[in-house]
Amino acid sequence: MDLRLTPEMEAFRAEVRGFLEAHRDHYAQGAGADRPREAALAWQRLLIDHGYAARTIPKAYGGYGAEPDILKTRIISEEFNRAGAPRGFANQGISMLVPTLLEVGSEEQKTRWIGPTLRGEVVWCQGYSEPGAGSDLASLQTKAVEDGDDFLIQGSKIWTSTAAQADMIFCLVRTEPDAPKHDGISYLLFSMKTPGIEVRPLKTMTGSAEFNEVFFTDVRVPKSAVVGGRGRGWFVANATLKHERGMLGDPNATEARLGQLIELMKTETIDGRRLIDDPVFCDRLMALQSRVLAMKFNGLRTLTSALRGEAPGMAGLVVKLQGCELNHQIAALAIDALGELGVLYEDGPHLRAKGSWQWNYMFDLGLIIGGGTAQIQKNIISERGLGMPREPKLAKA
Amino acid sequence: MDFSITSDQKLMQDSLSRTLADASPLDRVRAYAGDVSDQGADVWAALRDFGLPGVLIPEQFGGLGLKLLDAALAAEAMGRAVAPVPFLGACALAPLALMRAGSADQQTEWLPAMASGEVQGAVAISEPIAGARDGAGVMASGGRLTGKALFVEGGLTAGLIVAADKTGGLHLVRGAAKGLGRSAMTSIDQTRRLAELTFDNVEAEPLAGGPGALDALRDAGWTLLAADALGAGDVMLEKAVAYAQERKQFGRVIGSFQAVKHMCAEMAAELEPCRALVWYAAYAFDEAPDEASLTAAHAKAHTSEVGRFVARTATEVHGGMGITDLLGLHFWFKRIGLDRQLLGGPERVRAIAARIQGLAA
Repeated sequence: MDLRLTPEMEAFRAEVRGFLEAHRDHYAQGAGADRPREAALAWQRLLIDHGYAARTIPKAYGGYGAEPDILKTRIISEEFNRAGAPRGFANQGISMLVPTLLEVGSEEQKTRWIGPTLRGEVVWCQGYSEPGAGSDLASLQTKAVEDGDDFLIQGSKIWTSTAAQADMIFCLVRTEPDAPKHDGISYLLFSMKTPGIEVRPLKTMTGSAEFNEVFFTDVRVPKSAVVGGRGRGWFVANATLKHERGMLGDPNATEARLGQLIELMKTETIDGRRLIDDPVFCDRLMALQSRVLAMKFNGLRTLTSALRGEAPGMAGLVVKLQGCELNHQIAALAIDALGELGVLYEDGPHLRAKGSWQWNYMFDLGLIIGGGTAQIQKNIISERGLGMPREPKLAKA
Repeated sequence: MDFSITSDQKLMQDSLSRTLADASPLDRVRAYAGDVSDQGADVWAALRDFGLPGVLIPEQFGGLGLKLLDAALAAEAMGRAVAPVPFLGACALAPLALMRAGSADQQTEWLPAMASGEVQGAVAISEPIAGARDGAGVMASGGRLTGKALFVEGGLTAGLIVAADKTGGLHLVRGAAKGLGRSAMTSIDQTRRLAELTFDNVEAEPLAGGPGALDALRDAGWTLLAADALGAGDVMLEKAVAYAQERKQFGRVIGSFQAVKHMCAEMAAELEPCRALVWYAAYAFDEAPDEASLTAAHAKAHTSEVGRFVARTATEVHGGMGITDLLGLHFWFKRIGLDRQLLGGPERVRAIAARIQGLAA
């Protein structure tokens, strides 16, 4: 155990701080989604030029081309959080498609798609889940039938987050209907402007449509759109899912959320008494703080494994399950501590934090289910982590 | 940046576990638990050979001069082995009291004897930390102590007592001091014996350190109890997983049923992050003193909660066999039960955690 940073890393931290200080006027007026699109694209280009986004993507494909250095990545993340500066884009194209193309894409696919994706010029959505294929993703039924040099696609996808804004989709389809289910899938890239695609917003319990349904009717896609080989889509997608799970349950985001809850409980009063002065709520808050700290230090432990190129083992397998549950519980305590005020939503003079605690409470429940349900996570923990047997397959009737 | 234990630390912990497996297998633990006249002298002798009583004591006094993280790794091995020795007081807290608050003369007199294991120390600090029950509490006046102290681990036989008075001051009392009374407090955990000590105008030497020293004993005690529960919890989970892969019902091993697998997964998901929390609390004790009290409190409170969950769930996975004496799983169950209550249960420790960071008055 030695949590000190080397002088080289301290120097790197100073460099990141210097950059953020020098460019404060680029982001001082507000972060994230509120930014005008052109300014966001310019900021993204600036970040790539300095190695604060697309850091380890080769220069030839439009990245910064640095050696992978997990500690530097973490320092960048810490300093951007500290300054309140918007990070580089972290959409599904960048976090899932780009690593997949780097791993299994053809040279033509890499050259064509990675650069524009990194710069935010091409926005992607993910076409994996279907109404009948959720946890059992490999049973997906969207069909791609050969027609000359093309495939003709029929079927539908669900939980497609950015389908309405997306230029392109990376999509799993069944190309070999007679092959065993894991061997009949291909991973395709195609334009969302292709005739025959219909996007319908999927409104959730939060009241907004964070997801969409996507319907395909005779959608014509060239066979050259396959990534990683025909019938290999399941294995290509598994490489990407690994990247998605790593994003859910980030302990730094959870710690920030707990900080907001502590602030809320210190400033809000009920009958003139601070919420935190209620011993029951204070106890619940401290119990959550225990969990947040445990996951934070667990994160430092998995980071150390990653720095050494070792598998994080059990410490890594529990992150999605525990992190998502913890976020949900933090929102739940905020709602409870606010009492009747905790139910207010959308708008009104008594509303707190724009209703975000209720929004998070509902949205985070979706994250407990999405990206591999809690029950699937427990299967993974018991099978891969503890070496327990898989559920025996039912004999075909 | 390195958040891990070194290969030397891992080696030390594994070697200690092997020593305990030889010196104190479950049959030996069972014998100790069933016979109050058994002092566990052979197990203590094995730990003396290992050098464990001096784990924290500086080399100049004959100890190993290691840090609380090393002691926490040892405590984890103690919990794994449900070791019948007063590790907490004798190997950690009594030496720490002298190191943090003793004069040069006091250190010279006691630390070498404690490092060699010749003298077992014990600490009587429950009242100012976990609260006074049944009129307990010690008053100090004119170099004499009067009153009583409860829940003194190893207190029945200790050759030296470190006692906290009602103001948080610490005092040294020799085991042979006139007016010192000792009686057993029988708890669920028969692998560590607790004593009620009575002080009837007993001669005592003050230790120079004030409330700061008591806080350090509390933080170290919380961290080591958490480490003990972590080790015991690990064993319960391992035993549950092994049993679930062996026991068959309905023509299948029960570990292939998701209902059982998920119980095991939940235990692992709760327990694994405790390891990082305990490591960090122990590291902070020596290397990040500003964070030591808060992280020790969280390590104690959280590992206690997780420990209880693992203890009951692992027992359930074993079905009816889980609750039998024959299987012996209850030794770990009870070990975790004592770790949870000693020096304050989770609710009390969390209330202190809120005060430590200024969130509560």
